[in-house]
Amino acid sequence: MQVPILKQGQYLIVTIQSALSDEDLLELRDGLVHQVGKLRSQGVIIDVTALDVMDTFATRTLRDIAQMIRLRGAETVIVGIQPEVAFALVQLGLNLADVSTALDLEEGLTFLDRKTRTPGWKINSRGLEDARRA
Amino acid sequence: MSEKAQRVTVLLSSSIAPSNGTSIAIPETAIPIACDLDIIRARQIGRAEASKLGFSSTDLTLIATAISELARNIVMYAKQGVITVRPVRSQERLGIVVIARDHGPGMADIRQILQDGYSTTRSLGLGLPGVRRLMDEFEIESEPGKGTVVVAKKWTLV
Repeated sequence: MQVPILKQGQYLIVTIQSALSDEDLLELRDGLVHQVGKLRSQGVIIDVTALDVMDTFATRTLRDIAQMIRLRGAETVIVGIQPEVAFALVQLGLNLADVSTALDLEEGLTFLDRKTRTPGWKINSRGLEDARRA
Repeated sequence: MSEKAQRVTVLLSSSIAPSNGTSIAIPETAIPIACDLDIIRARQIGRAEASKLGFSSTDLTLIATAISELARNIVMYAKQGVITVRPVRSQERLGIVVIARDHGPGMADIRQILQDGYSTTRSLGLGLPGVRRLMDEFEIESEPGKGTVVVAKKWTLV
């Protein structure tokens, strides 16, 4: 089963709709790492709301994806981890501390907007100025 | 006489005795494991079986995650095996037993396998210690060259 990767402005949005086999997950990883460069995306949102189980393999692959995408110069945020899944991940001893997470798609978009906007500098009639002082 | 007693014990261990004292044999569900799609199938069947016993949705997720880890161990290390799920009853409690059986390479040092972070492949090495934490009871038997049997139980809260 292929997972669709949607382009939304400068972001890519991936909504996982059903349980993924190991092979599906690796395909998603490879597809995303390529697409993020091809489409010059600034950020990636992976929505896992529909996943009822995240085992060590799925979690490790999501972590790999986030790290690879960071190496490609973009940000990743995982959204929609269900309460039961969060509980199971903690019991399993899995650590997603180095991966950004948000409650849902909306929060994920807000997070990426904040993260990818270059703060501090803006160009106006007076030229380049430090917006933090303005 | 002794033969009869033994048969009763066997019957009780694989069945749920209703309150009137008679017992109805509940067939166990065996799921062959040979590829990564079987991992998904096993945890879905396991969740469905456990939900019939009245587990909370959190417990169902823990059980499904444990089955996923056990099935993955079979695919990674033994290539083939079987996951069996069946209900159990102990005094007042209902529970589920998950048995993962394979005839793979087995493990020489079980204690080492059960340490967090230990792994012979590139996994996080959290599989079996993780399963032990997800479930209430955990037993493992392994012999190099013969295979591995993991028996894990989870009880419903009464």
